[in-house]
Amino acid sequence: MKRFVNLGLLMSLLLVFLAACGSNQPAEGGDGKAKHAVVFKNTGNPYGEKEMEGFKNAIEDLGGEAILRAPDDPSVEDQVKIIEELISQQVDSIAVVANDYDGLEPALKKAMNKGIKVLSLDSAVNGDSRMVHVNQADPEAIGRTQIEAVSEMIDGKGQIAILSATSQASNQNLWIEWMKKELEKPEYKDIELVKVAYGDDLRDKSVSETEALLQSYPDLKAIVAPTTVGIAAAAKVITDKGLIGDVVVTGLGLPSEMAAYIENGATPWMYLWNPLDVGYLAGHASHSLVEGDITGEAGDKFKAGELGEYEIIEGEDGTEILLGDPFRFDKENIEEWKEIY
Amino acid sequence: MNTRTISGEREFTWKKFFLQWEWMLVLILISIFMMNSSISPYFFNFINIADATMTFLDKAFIVFPMVMIMIMREIDISVGSTVALSSVVMAMLYNAGLPIGLAIAACLLTGALCGFLNGYLIVRYKELSAVIVTLATMILYRGIAYMLLEDQSAGGFPDWFSYFGWGYVGTIPFILVLFVAFAVIFTLILHKTVFGRHIYAIGSNSKASRFSGVKVDRIKLIVFTLAGLTAAITAIFLTSRMGSTRPNVATMYELDVIAMVALGGISTAGGKGKMTGAILAIFIVGYLQFGLGLINIPAQMLLIVIGLLLIISVTVTNLKFKVKKKKTVGHPQQKNVS
Repeated sequence: MKRFVNLGLLMSLLLVFLAACGSNQPAEGGDGKAKHAVVFKNTGNPYGEKEMEGFKNAIEDLGGEAILRAPDDPSVEDQVKIIEELISQQVDSIAVVANDYDGLEPALKKAMNKGIKVLSLDSAVNGDSRMVHVNQADPEAIGRTQIEAVSEMIDGKGQIAILSATSQASNQNLWIEWMKKELEKPEYKDIELVKVAYGDDLRDKSVSETEALLQSYPDLKAIVAPTTVGIAAAAKVITDKGLIGDVVVTGLGLPSEMAAYIENGATPWMYLWNPLDVGYLAGHASHSLVEGDITGEAGDKFKAGELGEYEIIEGEDGTEILLGDPFRFDKENIEEWKEIY
Repeated sequence: MNTRTISGEREFTWKKFFLQWEWMLVLILISIFMMNSSISPYFFNFINIADATMTFLDKAFIVFPMVMIMIMREIDISVGSTVALSSVVMAMLYNAGLPIGLAIAACLLTGALCGFLNGYLIVRYKELSAVIVTLATMILYRGIAYMLLEDQSAGGFPDWFSYFGWGYVGTIPFILVLFVAFAVIFTLILHKTVFGRHIYAIGSNSKASRFSGVKVDRIKLIVFTLAGLTAAITAIFLTSRMGSTRPNVATMYELDVIAMVALGGISTAGGKGKMTGAILAIFIVGYLQFGLGLINIPAQMLLIVIGLLLIISVTVTNLKFKVKKKKTVGHPQQKNVS
């Protein structure tokens, strides 16, 4: 009998807890609002939070409901799971920042078969699994600019390494390809790319990969990290080890996270676009797809709120919307930008 | 009239029947269904309830042999890495020009071999605990997967291959059909065969079983090989769902599987627990995740809920054990007449 009472108590505790979980959520469904979902790579990524915030701003300006999701690890399995849950909720659109170029294809095709509008932003999925891709900047410009920058920082001579996100991250891989192409030019003949390391966009792994790079290549002159988590981790390691000036770090970073390292010289300058704008543009693209204003074909035009009018263009694999050029952050302007994002 | 059976089984009473942990799990499962339906208008329809199984049943195949392993007081923490390795082997062989059928066979063979190696090491070197052996092979298998594919992804499977993870038999997902078949077979093996009885005997007292002629080593070898084989089945479903694979798939799957088995009331002290408990636990964890996902609760919240459920399960199963012990002191157990 005592056992039964105990069980009952535990059960009711559990139920209360679960009920509490549920009641925090706003009531949904039946209010007729269009539901737009965005799925980021993983949680705990400040860049991703800004991107989702931008998406949410756009959707709420347009009177829709925004659903923001991200798995706790940057894995394809969990993104597939989330997409399945979104399909069951009968959302109107799904925008994904993919952890793998091909891995979401079956899930996203299922969504499209059920009439859900599918697009990718930032990190693309293949052309068959989306209607359009919102590209933060021209990948060629991003790749080439970073090599130009690093070459200027190390006077065109010495060993460099790349610290990327996961080895399957489609956008990073594309930029790295362009970096390699840029490095083939004769003016970079004295620069040697020794390794592409993968920090998986996890802070601890990025830190240990940076430490491993420094140990394996004592003559390393620069680390290029085309990912916000990687660049912050690399700059922190360089600062902590007192290597400022010996090894430079550059790449793509969030101004608010990188301000300290730009000020102390670990990173002379770096690049990024505004993740809020990427999300915002994707939000407007989702809305226009659902409203039927665009179909994702090249040549379609739509208005993206305060960003102005955009046109869909033909990309390498499927159609794209280009946000603009990467923006340079250095000692001159970091003060002003670090407050913004 | 003597109500005791020869084998010493206690008399069947409805009270005892309903006081089993499995009924607790049934209640939890029902409350999760009620919770899900009340918080999300999308949960309670047949298509969603059936489709949801596609999201969590892939790893469930490993639960069956894991129940047997844990009843025998062993553990296998290498199954996640086995999934990754067999999946990578399948993708690589297919991309190297092997027909898909042979690639799938190679995947199953790789899994079985991984499991067999675990079993062999555990049986051969009895002084090593299963945790250490499978910890070593967990790192080894994952390492081989990385060596083969080097941080890349491989895919490009034929279209029909996605049937495993996304296909239906009528309106029922294929994975659910196969899961039910496995559930029936494994439940029968564990509870209705000599093999199953021996598994319980090994868990209660490995030495005594050995002396009474139970082929302990052979049974362990078979069960560990089965764990590897089911991990390969998981690999097929997982790869089919993603259409491609990488060496870092299925990380932490071993912990998910062990959590489901523990939640199912299988005691880590060995010798106790039922297959039905673990099967219920699979659906509890799965539908809990799916339900919270439907109302878009952030990922970390799911971990909290599942952790909490586990603590409750472990506490309650231990509590049950204590109460029983007290009773034994009060009324000394009668010896069987036979």
